[in-house]
Amino acid sequence: MARYAGYKRPKNTKQALKHLLAYMGIHKWMLLLVAALVIVSTSASVMGTYLLKPVINSLILPGNVKGLAFAVAGMGIMYLCGALATFAYNRLMVKTAQKIVGDIRQDLFAHVQKLPLRYFDEHTHGEMMSRFTNDVDTVQEALNNSFTMAIQSFLTLTGTVIMLFVLNAVMALIVCLFLGIMFVFIKWNGKRSKVYYSRQQTELAGINGFVEEMVAGQKVEKIFNHEKEDMKEFHRRNEALRKASTSALSYSGMMVPAIVSLSYGNYAVCACVGGLLALSGMMDLGSLASYLVYVRQSAMPLNQFTQQINFILSALAGAERIFEMMDEPAEEDEGKVTLVRAEKKEDDSLKESETYTGIFAWKRTDGKRTELIRLEGDVRFENVVFGYVREKTILNGISLYAKPGQKIAFVGSTGAGKTTIINLINRFYEIQSGRILYDGIDIRDIKKDDLRRSLSMVIQDTHLFTGTIAENIRYGRLSAADEEIRKAAEIANADSFIRRLPDGYDTMLYSDGNNLSQGQRQLLAIARAAVAQPPVLILDEATSSIDTRTERLIEKGMDAIMEGRTVFVIAHRLSTVRNSKAIMVLEKGEIIERGSHEELLEKKGRYYQLYMGMYELD
Amino acid sequence: MLRRIFSYMGEYKKYLYLAVICITGESVFELVIPLIMANILDIGVANQDKVYIFQQGGIMLVCALLALVLGIGSARFSARCGQGVGANLREAEYAKFQEFSFANVDHFQLSSLVTRMTSDVTNIQNTISGGMRPACRGPVMLVLATAVAFSINHRLAIVFFIALPVLAVFLYAIISHVRPLYAKMQSAIDLVNRIIQENLTAVRVVKAYVRGEYEIEKFEKVNTNLKTQSEKAFKLASTNMAAMQLVMYGTILAILWFGGRMIQVGNMQVGELTGFLSYVLQILNSLMMISNIFMMMTRSLASGKRILEVIDEEIDIREDKAEDIEVIRGEIVFDHVYFKYKKEAPEYVLSDIHLKIPAGSTVGIVGQTGSAKTTLVQLIPRLYEVTEGAVRIDGKAVDQYPLMHLRDAVAVVLQKNTLFSGTLRENLLWGNPNATQEELDEACRIAGVDEFLGRLEKGYDTEMGQGGVNVSGGQKQRICIARAILKKPKVLILDDSTSAVDTATEARIRSQLAEFLPHMTKIVIAQRISSVRHADFIVVLDDGRIQGTGTHEELLENNHIYQEIYESQKEGVEL
Repeated sequence: MARYAGYKRPKNTKQALKHLLAYMGIHKWMLLLVAALVIVSTSASVMGTYLLKPVINSLILPGNVKGLAFAVAGMGIMYLCGALATFAYNRLMVKTAQKIVGDIRQDLFAHVQKLPLRYFDEHTHGEMMSRFTNDVDTVQEALNNSFTMAIQSFLTLTGTVIMLFVLNAVMALIVCLFLGIMFVFIKWNGKRSKVYYSRQQTELAGINGFVEEMVAGQKVEKIFNHEKEDMKEFHRRNEALRKASTSALSYSGMMVPAIVSLSYGNYAVCACVGGLLALSGMMDLGSLASYLVYVRQSAMPLNQFTQQINFILSALAGAERIFEMMDEPAEEDEGKVTLVRAEKKEDDSLKESETYTGIFAWKRTDGKRTELIRLEGDVRFENVVFGYVREKTILNGISLYAKPGQKIAFVGSTGAGKTTIINLINRFYEIQSGRILYDGIDIRDIKKDDLRRSLSMVIQDTHLFTGTIAENIRYGRLSAADEEIRKAAEIANADSFIRRLPDGYDTMLYSDGNNLSQGQRQLLAIARAAVAQPPVLILDEATSSIDTRTERLIEKGMDAIMEGRTVFVIAHRLSTVRNSKAIMVLEKGEIIERGSHEELLEKKGRYYQLYMGMYELD
Repeated sequence: MLRRIFSYMGEYKKYLYLAVICITGESVFELVIPLIMANILDIGVANQDKVYIFQQGGIMLVCALLALVLGIGSARFSARCGQGVGANLREAEYAKFQEFSFANVDHFQLSSLVTRMTSDVTNIQNTISGGMRPACRGPVMLVLATAVAFSINHRLAIVFFIALPVLAVFLYAIISHVRPLYAKMQSAIDLVNRIIQENLTAVRVVKAYVRGEYEIEKFEKVNTNLKTQSEKAFKLASTNMAAMQLVMYGTILAILWFGGRMIQVGNMQVGELTGFLSYVLQILNSLMMISNIFMMMTRSLASGKRILEVIDEEIDIREDKAEDIEVIRGEIVFDHVYFKYKKEAPEYVLSDIHLKIPAGSTVGIVGQTGSAKTTLVQLIPRLYEVTEGAVRIDGKAVDQYPLMHLRDAVAVVLQKNTLFSGTLRENLLWGNPNATQEELDEACRIAGVDEFLGRLEKGYDTEMGQGGVNVSGGQKQRICIARAILKKPKVLILDDSTSAVDTATEARIRSQLAEFLPHMTKIVIAQRISSVRHADFIVVLDDGRIQGTGTHEELLENNHIYQEIYESQKEGVEL
């Protein structure tokens, strides 16, 4: 809830406001209508109080029954309009607010899809998630309530102050003095509680982290009977959080009662001064009485107004963080070469095809000339230099080639750069120098989506989505028929375990397939790649949790569908890569050995050492 | 449910009372001050008594000061009380979670457990801290102002008795309808968050398969749903304000009309009418406060429910049958064991496991992915409960041992090794908090940690990082083995826990275990044949059934699955 988030100020209020106004601008007329209705509603309530005196003085006291009836009816109509306006503006505002917030959420999500992987590396999921939850929530709360309430309280405040000055300027000055004191107090209090809130925030983050780690490591905790120690630590953190948040809330909770007391003081001083003025004949009793009513009314809208302004400011701070993320540059994609289905003409040249033929081609349009180049999976690295951080290169001038139809394997320690190479082929990251050619085309000239469509990847960490098993496999190719899905599962050797699940292929998976074993999840990821029918396949530690016997069966199936196509394999386990056409041993970002299994064994180099169990891969 | 939540007030109950006293006192002043004001006007000004005016003004200032003190007190005490309840709830949840079996955890899912212990509790405690004031003030003002209004003119007060039920009906209608809407909105939020979360973790998959557009479409559906649901809920909730105004305005008009008539007939004074009006407004205002509290509570009750679900979860692994015994030798017997994770599941994960492991022997378990090797060994320290049959250690069923003793005697090194943030030493001490330096050194030597210990920046005091990110996979596995050895268990279970260690080191660890800890029963699950071939006997699991047992040579002779596994790893030298 926005209220408890503390008062975080935006860094550049104007910019954030401008951005947010752009979203609100779409609903400009709606918002103006809301503002108009707020004015109607507020005026009805202020006018009502104001009219009481003349009604009593000039209608009730003289005994004018008819007049009273008219007045009551008139006020009734006014009040009814006010209540209707309240009803209408609340509904309209909620509707508009939800539209705006929905749009922001949608745009933010769409933008996140376009962000480069680098951004995901540099920001934690929790951090990005909090843009969608906490920050969007504060904006929503502010739009739902604060927008209208700020207008309303501002109107009431100005109305009251004007009325005070009109009725009696001397006493109005006293009121203004007190309002000034209140304002200063509100500011001071806001500043103080901000300090305590940030302390509370730190403690909260600490305990959340602790709970997360302990929940995730619960098995180990149980095995080691470590519950008591953890309980102690939890208790310590819990106490610290309790203390921090108690002081934070004590301060912010003080605000309203303090303002109320100040307004009593104001009231008392005004009553005395007013009494004296009345005694000296400068004011009559009736005016004094109604004046004091206004004095009493003046404090609450000030308090409300500052509070709402604080909500709006913290919403702007949230909006600023949201827009910062939206302003992050999207992945570069300036490539023009596209991927098309192709078929062979009689003269062996290619032409575009509407249907799946098993043949793909790169379509390059150069001015008026259109050229089709057959997709074969010929991948070349020429002096590629790359580092996730510019100063720290991971790959130092790698050159390598994979001929069409070859199975290429990478072996090496963690951090040697195996996965990095793969991440460069599909342009998850941009290289610093050198170039990568794909069927003779620089990959920077290929449209990114098409480049990735041509490569099917099974990555190290399998990720499954909430949905049925079949849906998860279908993720590889959305148009796949049920039969094709079953076939892919058979190739991946997943069919038998899927069929033993309670609902077979329709079994629901939750939270990243938590209910499956790591090996089973890998089988599904492989099935997903198989159903994609890709021209090039990349397997990054795809079978690390699968036993060697099953792995053999999968390999056979995969080899059949990948016949004549290029396959990249990364593995820790040497039995996985043994059948590859070429094995490259990577160390510290350089290829130190290259050759087939037999050739490398003969060389008696690093590969041989690994194979004989003389060397341990980290 | 409210009562349940308030029962966690515990030692903070006194702050609740103090807060109530402060708020009540403060509310009384709010009613007293207008009376003093009336005195200033009616007596002071009317009698031209300056001294009296200043006197009353002084009293008012004193009242204001007292109200301030009470106000600060109320803020402080409500904060103490609210945050105290929050802390107690969180602690109760965590304590309960400590008792959870894995079946219990599976029931909630990890991420949901974390939210229930964090943001749901925050929700409740803030509602209490912030809601105290209006919740106490509302009723106090209601009662007092009604009393005063009655004393002024009881006939006119009838208006008020019509207004009150009307408002109550309005509020009841809104609140009872808005509650299910909030629940729907909450599940819509969960859906949206789930998709965002999945897309953040699986960003590589989404990008690799070029499914950005697909995911955006998917998101649009749940986002629109959330928009519609929250619009519905908030729209209804916002009607509250209009309804309130309607009743308030109606009351004012009725009082003006009837009161005005009374004055005209001569049954009432003008002063009484204005006084009456201001009290009636006061009353309606307090009703407004009460209704707001209801709204706030409706939303946080959802959180309360989620918290209580955790606290009320029935623990399925209990110690009812425990006797005061300890594991002495470490002989393990599986007596026709059947197991499935959920009662509703149609098929057993383990079927008819009948196996005897003599004390001090070394057993290997092999089998393909999904053959339930891990499940089998997790039954020994009672991480899960057998569905049928029994697991016995030294002739006694595992549920006859106190859990504490059982798990001390059976050490498991898990497939997914977890190190915790802290130093290497701290992580090792999990095994035995009182271990001496010599014991640490010895465990590290047996597990092969000593080989890289010297290369670590600060030796035993090297920071491991959350999840042990500062050491490699093979090193992590060895640390985990050392940690398990430090427990001096009777049974040691290694669940695929040397997979990232090279074969030479693995062989060394194996021989050292045999040499230094000969009486310990060792169960080794492995992918590599080389890890188990020296075992006293090997169990081949297939689809949750024992497919064969025997020594390496015997199995090579007559077990086709074992032969196939062996074949797939042979070729050249052993791996």
